[in-house]
Amino acid sequence: MSDVAIFAGFAKALRAAGAGVTADRTRTFLEAVSLVGPDRRRDVYWAGRATLCAEPDDLATYDAVFASWFSAEEPRARTRSRQDRQVVVQAGLDEAPRGSAEAGDDQQVAMLASVTETLRHRDVASLSVGERAVVARMFAGLDVTVPRRRSPRRTPRRHGDLDPTRTLRDQLRRAGEPGPLRFRAPRRRPRRVVILVDVSGSMSAYADSLLRLAHRLAAASPRQVEVFTLGTRLTRVTAAMRLRDPEDALAAAGATVPDWSGGTRLGEVLRAFIDRWGQRGMARGAVVVIASDGWERGDPVLLGDQVARLQRLAHRVLWANPHRGRAGYAPVQGGIAAVHPHLDALVAGHSVAAFQALLDEVGR
Amino acid sequence: MKQPRSSDELGRDLGEVGYLADEGLATIAYLALAMQRPLLLEGEPGTGKTALAEALARAYGLPLIRLQCYEGIDATQALYDWDFPRQILHLRTVEATADRSQVDAESVEQSLFDERFLLARPILRALREAPAVLLVDEIDRADDEFEAFLLEVLSTNQVTIPELGTVRATVPPIVVLTSNRTRELHDALKRRCLYHWIEHPALAREIEIVRTRMPEVSQRLAEQVAGVVSDLRSRGDLLKPPGVAETLDWTAALVRLECDDLDLETAAATIGAVCKYREDIDRVRDALSSMLA
Repeated sequence: MSDVAIFAGFAKALRAAGAGVTADRTRTFLEAVSLVGPDRRRDVYWAGRATLCAEPDDLATYDAVFASWFSAEEPRARTRSRQDRQVVVQAGLDEAPRGSAEAGDDQQVAMLASVTETLRHRDVASLSVGERAVVARMFAGLDVTVPRRRSPRRTPRRHGDLDPTRTLRDQLRRAGEPGPLRFRAPRRRPRRVVILVDVSGSMSAYADSLLRLAHRLAAASPRQVEVFTLGTRLTRVTAAMRLRDPEDALAAAGATVPDWSGGTRLGEVLRAFIDRWGQRGMARGAVVVIASDGWERGDPVLLGDQVARLQRLAHRVLWANPHRGRAGYAPVQGGIAAVHPHLDALVAGHSVAAFQALLDEVGR
Repeated sequence: MKQPRSSDELGRDLGEVGYLADEGLATIAYLALAMQRPLLLEGEPGTGKTALAEALARAYGLPLIRLQCYEGIDATQALYDWDFPRQILHLRTVEATADRSQVDAESVEQSLFDERFLLARPILRALREAPAVLLVDEIDRADDEFEAFLLEVLSTNQVTIPELGTVRATVPPIVVLTSNRTRELHDALKRRCLYHWIEHPALAREIEIVRTRMPEVSQRLAEQVAGVVSDLRSRGDLLKPPGVAETLDWTAALVRLECDDLDLETAAATIGAVCKYREDIDRVRDALSSMLA
């Protein structure tokens, strides 16, 4: 194998392992290797790290692939297991019972509407496969209001404060002749929304719907919505949520999340989020939505502390708890009792109607 | 500007001006210079991202031009702007002094868009003064649109000012971008750059850094300070683990207090130089005695 083939092959292997390596990155890598020389292993290592990696998450993958590709031993068979794409059962259109052929269209439409209306209020955990598919389509109909914040940047407006630059610029255009005054006002920009979805075993019936909800929000404000899953570890699924089609997005998220339906260490995982992302700036001034039943196996005090920390960073912290929708619910369990004082709102999150209420709360 | 011939040579050049780069950073900085690509640095605050640009400028005797990004930054703040008040003043002066019949409208107009009314902002200055080091600090704070604009300038190394013409850099400037990852940068920009994630230095390297930056500090004090800081980082329960910048701050504070041997009392009194959160300070105060034992 020629040198070029070895290095190009390495880039390809890295791509197969999940790093975002593109053809032009590979070319840059080859150029870098030719500059530092291919003789020293560590030079090649750093050249590759600088050209083929784009974020800290890539570094671990890079190290592993580098070690196996450039090891003296025989290459091992690929052990990476591919997770199956989630198969979505497509249900038929709402089958309204047809008593007689004479039944008018009006009646059928009314029947359809009422079935949808009932489904809107049903707990998503109790749905059959067919109903689930209908509900999945209902997410597209949810109204999304993107929360906004005042930006320090000002844009031209009819009313507001005087805009000296534009007034002067206009005046200059008229060769110094005075004219009408120009005004400006602060611009309103979409506020960042961070959604943390609990995907542990106790939430497995809701995780799918909650991710659909996250996808709906991400589609409305793609650059300002960040989505993470919480389980035994923290996984960022923002990239998956940016895919246009909800089914593709969910399948991609399913392939990324390693701890689907596992246990929860909510407090620790939340701390990992705040340490790695939140405090750096992602949660600052953002609307943070935590979707979880608050079932904490660890220490509720840690969980409470972390949510308190989050509350100090974020604009608003909302907690969506599927059990909140049940009659007679009171936030007394260990986890949720610990976080309750630090929340801006505790909302339900069990049915499509509740999801709409959650979206309204986010957009407030 | 002299061009380093290998990464080791670049590492030595940086070392001479007091910046100790590890092997990875030296290799990547060398590649950035040799391939004339921007260098994108990410890492915890206080690990020396900005300092690298300063060191590069000093090592090669180049001017350092800094562009601090913030939300809403646009071309008039990054590239160039016309000095409107002076232009108007100029117009009025012409009006007041010149004989009406002899004023040539066209030449007055042209004199308005003259070099002397041009306010060169960092990027234009970097292109003109090249070779130079252009530091684009905290690019993640700027908007997406600004990123696209920056990408265009960085890939062509030229800027067109409609009234004056095109400004092209004779030698492309050395561009260092830093980001704190508050926002994901666009892939197009990342692809153009060489990427490096700066880690906290190892204990021995940190002692060396302290000794290089502050030769007046005794080896013993440097060891103690770096030791405590590295313990703090490995604790894992701090809200904000201290960076190298904090280590240097703390050492400087201790030097001011003429402390030559770190004792519990002085350490507790100056801990505010290392930890910036009340929760962290409380935790660290309790643990200091065992760390210094």
